[in-house]
Amino acid sequence: MALKTEPFAINLGPLHPSTHGVFRMRATMDGEVIVDLEPVFGYLHRGIEKLAEGRTYKQNIPFTDRLDYISSMSNGLPYVMAVEKLAGIAVPERAEYLRVIMAELQRIVNHLIAVGTLANDLGAFQTPFLYMFRERERIIDLFEMVCGQRLLYNYMRFGGVSHDIPDEFLPALKKLLNRLPGFIAEYDQLLAENEILLARTKGIGILPKKLAINSSASGPVLRASGVKWDIRKADPYSVYDRFEFDIPTGSAGDCYDRYRIKIAEMLQSIRIIEQAIEQLPPGKVWNKVPLRLRPPVGEAFAHIEAPKGELGFYVVSDGSEKPYRFHVRASTLINLTALRDMIVGWKLADAIVIFGSIDICLGEVDR
Amino acid sequence: MIDFAPQELLWSGNFWLHLLLFAGMIITFILLMVMFFIWYERRFISRFQIRVGPNRAGPFGLLQPVADVVKILTKEDIVPARGDKIVFWLAPIVALAPVFMMFAVIPFQGGALLADLNIGILYIVAISSVASIGVFMAGWGSNNKYSLIGAMRDVAQLVSYEIPLVLSIVGVVLVAGSLSLTEIVEAQTVPFILLQPLGFLIFFIGSLAEINRTPFDLVEADSEIVAGYNIEYSGMKWATFFLMEYAEALTSSAIITTLFLGGWKGPLLPPFLWFIIKVVAVFSVIVWVRATIPRFRIDQVMAFAWKFLLPLALINLLLTSMQVVFWPEAPIWSIIIASLFIMTALILIWSKFLKMGGGRLEV
Amino acid sequence: MTLALTASEIATRLKEGFADIIVEAGPDSLLVKSESLLDIASFLKTEPGLDFNYLVHITAVDYSDYFELVYHLVSLKHNHNLMIKARCYDREAPTVPSLVSLWRGAELQEREIFDLMGIRFYGHPNMKRIFLWEGFPGHPLRRDFANGA
Repeated sequence: MALKTEPFAINLGPLHPSTHGVFRMRATMDGEVIVDLEPVFGYLHRGIEKLAEGRTYKQNIPFTDRLDYISSMSNGLPYVMAVEKLAGIAVPERAEYLRVIMAELQRIVNHLIAVGTLANDLGAFQTPFLYMFRERERIIDLFEMVCGQRLLYNYMRFGGVSHDIPDEFLPALKKLLNRLPGFIAEYDQLLAENEILLARTKGIGILPKKLAINSSASGPVLRASGVKWDIRKADPYSVYDRFEFDIPTGSAGDCYDRYRIKIAEMLQSIRIIEQAIEQLPPGKVWNKVPLRLRPPVGEAFAHIEAPKGELGFYVVSDGSEKPYRFHVRASTLINLTALRDMIVGWKLADAIVIFGSIDICLGEVDR
Repeated sequence: MIDFAPQELLWSGNFWLHLLLFAGMIITFILLMVMFFIWYERRFISRFQIRVGPNRAGPFGLLQPVADVVKILTKEDIVPARGDKIVFWLAPIVALAPVFMMFAVIPFQGGALLADLNIGILYIVAISSVASIGVFMAGWGSNNKYSLIGAMRDVAQLVSYEIPLVLSIVGVVLVAGSLSLTEIVEAQTVPFILLQPLGFLIFFIGSLAEINRTPFDLVEADSEIVAGYNIEYSGMKWATFFLMEYAEALTSSAIITTLFLGGWKGPLLPPFLWFIIKVVAVFSVIVWVRATIPRFRIDQVMAFAWKFLLPLALINLLLTSMQVVFWPEAPIWSIIIASLFIMTALILIWSKFLKMGGGRLEV
Repeated sequence: MTLALTASEIATRLKEGFADIIVEAGPDSLLVKSESLLDIASFLKTEPGLDFNYLVHITAVDYSDYFELVYHLVSLKHNHNLMIKARCYDREAPTVPSLVSLWRGAELQEREIFDLMGIRFYGHPNMKRIFLWEGFPGHPLRRDFANGA
């Protein structure tokens, strides 16, 4: 006698310890296997794009921090670059180098958190997570030294950055850079050859190369699928063309490759910061810009390689002091386009791991 | 025929007085040790995570479990409206009672136990399976899909790991020559961990699966199914499940100590103290494993049990019985060396053939 | 360095097949008629030498007389990019062809534009609101929707 079974629908989130925010996935399951998945967005939609149309350009800079609130230092950069393109504002050299240093430090912090939360989702009971956070604390202390904030920095300005670095910043940074590669190597050794981690992430959640390009994935997700595309090399902004660094790429496009790329990118960021410290010129960090900036009529698009992907801002100006249109090219929302294809056919436990390896932040998905 | 009359026990005399006294002592012991374990685990695991652990409630945080119990007792007891109320209410009791019952045959000292059954280890194996019924009742009575998934995973896991567990126990029984726990400890001139290393590993891993501990804690994986079968429980009922987890860890440590580490044997200190030291040592290893390793997926858990542990347990049993029948007078050191060599060879060779878990299913 | 292809270069290449569709070739963007968006887009994607296989983003701007859709395309192979615009003059029920069949990355972004601006994309497999709930009155990013700021 055949056993009569039927698929049942289960709801993952919005209140769930592992959905990295308020995100809901409606999964239809046949036993433990997921046969259909429907992501539901919008639980953190705050209307940032509409709100920005009612504020002046400078008042919108703190909004950009609230997008990807985990790695907010680099969020302001594309917005500031777009408005500088519109209004033709020049940026002093020292400010460009400081922007690069802060953005790369932010990339290290973001990848530390991403790897830690991935290990957490796998069930390693917070131990790797806490090790990552110990290193993050040191970097956050550096940020606090510069701009006084630990999470939402509000550091970028039109025409430069808001504060210059104090005297104790560079020695502390050099000390940190000395010990960070050793720590990353030790951590990598503990996790990368772990049998259980390999069994849970290798070959799981494969994103094929064609689908990755077609669904406009960016950042580590795209590079893990074998596409060597990094905005810092393909379309260099700020002073990135003066540094030497590699672009790590994966081959299989599975969760394990995404994890390896994050570790490799951290080491490359350390290289960039070391070169930036050597080349750091003296000077001022901010070109004076009127408080109520009125850029000429026009539009501008600027994008950067943010830690989670390609973050871009499209700003349209009508000559007044408030932007006419403020649009965010959210990397994490677009990375989620292929979510259904990556998860269907795997089990419930894999769904959490795959979703964690894409590394999203709800503030940017929902805006 | 089960022998119930107490023979050569430490406290002879009135049967019912002995029964009541020992029952009281066991219950007190379990409750106190569980509270100690809660504190110990939190402090010990914090050292792995480069932090200090609870240190506010009392000196060194020793009153932390007391604070936890007081907090839990003052919580509201929520019952799901459409759950099966009787099943929901009975589940914690059915889960906890067998754990206390298992302690009846574990010897704290030569002769100091509630009932010296001469089928001691068989009684333990039989009772330990009942706890899984309690877990399944909890999953069903909660009227919650997550609980049901957790409960089903738990039953699958427990049933799968019973078999290698029991087979490794049979190896020990063959070497000791008796099912009674006191006699097994008496027979350990050399701790059985040296004579039966493969059996020890299989039993340890199987125990981890039985007590739902990392890496097999997918039953209550709180990053996937948000606490599994005890999602809907709150207040004292939840505390009962929490207690059951630690009491099962205590029981497993005690059984491992009795079967493999020599029970209460040891120089200098009183035997009772050796027993407790060994139990805490085994528990430390269990906590160490929890702090270090991520967890499996359910199909990998099943593959590991059926394709890896079961064949190895069978081979272990075969080799042990051959040794007992053909070379009963072999010198101990040769058995030890041969066992270690065979264990290493078997594990290395067999793991090459193991394919863990299924891949992607075409939908 | 990504070469920003000037739209006039593209326009000369396109004029052979699509002479009557291109409206205007400005210095950095190409304005096309919204009905023929799909034809031009598939030409841009498949033509060797152009190979625009990566859609960076889609956005929509509400000028009071019309909606303007902005598409940003990039070719990973040749490392050049192009901005295409299309205008939609209907305020009541604006419709534009969907590009999901060419680039899957358009799926969620077109849903967002429908949700916040009200422009429908025909040919889209799942034309539903994405951030706001079904039954929300109006489309917030339009200029005539009150801005509480």
